[in-house]
Amino acid sequence: MATDSDGQTCVYKNTLLAGLWRENPVLRLLLGMCPTLAVTAAVKPAFTMGMCVVFVLVCSNVMVSLMRDKLKPHLRILMFTLTIATFVTIADLLLKAFQPDMSAALGPYVPLIIVNCIIIARAEACASKNPILLSIVDALSMGAGFTVALCVLAGIREVLGTGKFFEIQVMPKAFVPWAALSMPVGAFLALGFLLGLVTLITKKRS
Amino acid sequence: MDTVYLLITGFLSVVLINNLVLTKFLGICPYLGVSGRIDMAFGMGLAVTFVMTLSGTLTWLIDHMVLIPLGLEVTRYVCFILVIASAVQLVEMYLRKFFPPLYDSFGIFLPLITTNCAILGLCLFLNLWGIDSLLEAVVLSVGGGIGFTMAICIMAGIRENLRMVDVPESLQGAPITLITAGILSLAFMGFAGII
Repeated sequence: MATDSDGQTCVYKNTLLAGLWRENPVLRLLLGMCPTLAVTAAVKPAFTMGMCVVFVLVCSNVMVSLMRDKLKPHLRILMFTLTIATFVTIADLLLKAFQPDMSAALGPYVPLIIVNCIIIARAEACASKNPILLSIVDALSMGAGFTVALCVLAGIREVLGTGKFFEIQVMPKAFVPWAALSMPVGAFLALGFLLGLVTLITKKRS
Repeated sequence: MDTVYLLITGFLSVVLINNLVLTKFLGICPYLGVSGRIDMAFGMGLAVTFVMTLSGTLTWLIDHMVLIPLGLEVTRYVCFILVIASAVQLVEMYLRKFFPPLYDSFGIFLPLITTNCAILGLCLFLNLWGIDSLLEAVVLSVGGGIGFTMAICIMAGIRENLRMVDVPESLQGAPITLITAGILSLAFMGFAGII
C-alpha cells in the first residue's frame, strides 16, 4: 500500500515538473506559437495571456476528464473544441469586465485561445485518459510552463526593445532601445534564438 | 468607383501589409510544419484559402443575420468554431474523393486546419475591423488566404535552398525557420507605406 501511494506521488511530481522544462509546451514541443509571438512585446500582456490559458486549460481538462468515459472517438475533437470555446468565452468576458485595458491590448488573441494547440493537445493526451486530479496537476504544470516561457520571451523583448520591465524603467538612460524587438520582426528573431539556446542547453546536458 | 477602390486597397492591405502570418502571427503551426517542400506548401495554401473563404463568408453572414439581430453575440466563438470545423470536414471529404494523393500527403495537417489560428483569426478580425458589407468580407477572406499561401510558398522556397547551407547545429529546424520568418517579416514591413 505504501509503495503504491509512493508511486502515485511520484506520478504527480513527474507530471508537475514535466511542463516546466522536459515537456515545456512552447520551448520543447513548439505548441501554441501564435500567442507566444503575438503578445510578448511586453511582460504584462504576456502574463495576462498566460493566466487566461491556465484558466481555460484547468477548466477544460476537468470537463474533459469528467466526460472521458462517454466520449465517442470520432466526435471527441469536436467535443474538446466546443468545451474549450465555452471556457474561452467565459475567460474573455471576465477579462473584459475586470481588465478592460488588457482585454483591448490582447484583442483577438484571447478568443484565439480556442485554437491554441496546447489546450487541445492536453485534452487529447492527458485529460481524456486520466482521472480529474491528475488532469488538474497536468493542466497547472503545462499552464505554468507556457506562462514562464511567455514571460521570459516578453522580458527579453521588453527590456531590450523599450528599456523597461513590467512598465518600469530598468535600463540606464543612455541605453538606446532596440525598437525592432518590439515589432513583429523581433518576435520571430527572439523566439528563434531562444529555441536555439534551449537546444544548446539540452545538448550540453546530455 | 469608391467601392472598387476600397476593395482593392482592402485586398492589398490584407495580402501585403497586414499579412496574417508575418504581421499577425496567425497560422504559425502549418507555417513551420508544412513549409518543407514547395508543392505541399502550395497545396496547403490552397486548402487554407478555400476553407478561409468559405468560413470567413459564412461566419460574417451568421454574425450579421443571426447573432447580432438576436443579441446572441456571447455564443459567437462557439458558432465560429463550429462553422470552421464543418468547412474543414467538407474539404477533407472532397479531397479524399477527388485527389487521393494530395489527401495522403497532407496526413494529419488537414484536420489540423480546424485549429489553424489564421482561419478563426480572420473571422475575428472581420468582426474587429467592423466590416459591414458582404462583398468586402468575401474579398478580405480570399485576400487572407492568398496572403497565407504567398507567405508559406516563399518560406518553402527559402527552406528548399536552406538545406544546402551549413546551419549551426543548435539552430537547425524550427529556430532557423523562425529567424528566416523574422527577416521575411522585416521585408514585408517595407510594404507599409504603399496605401
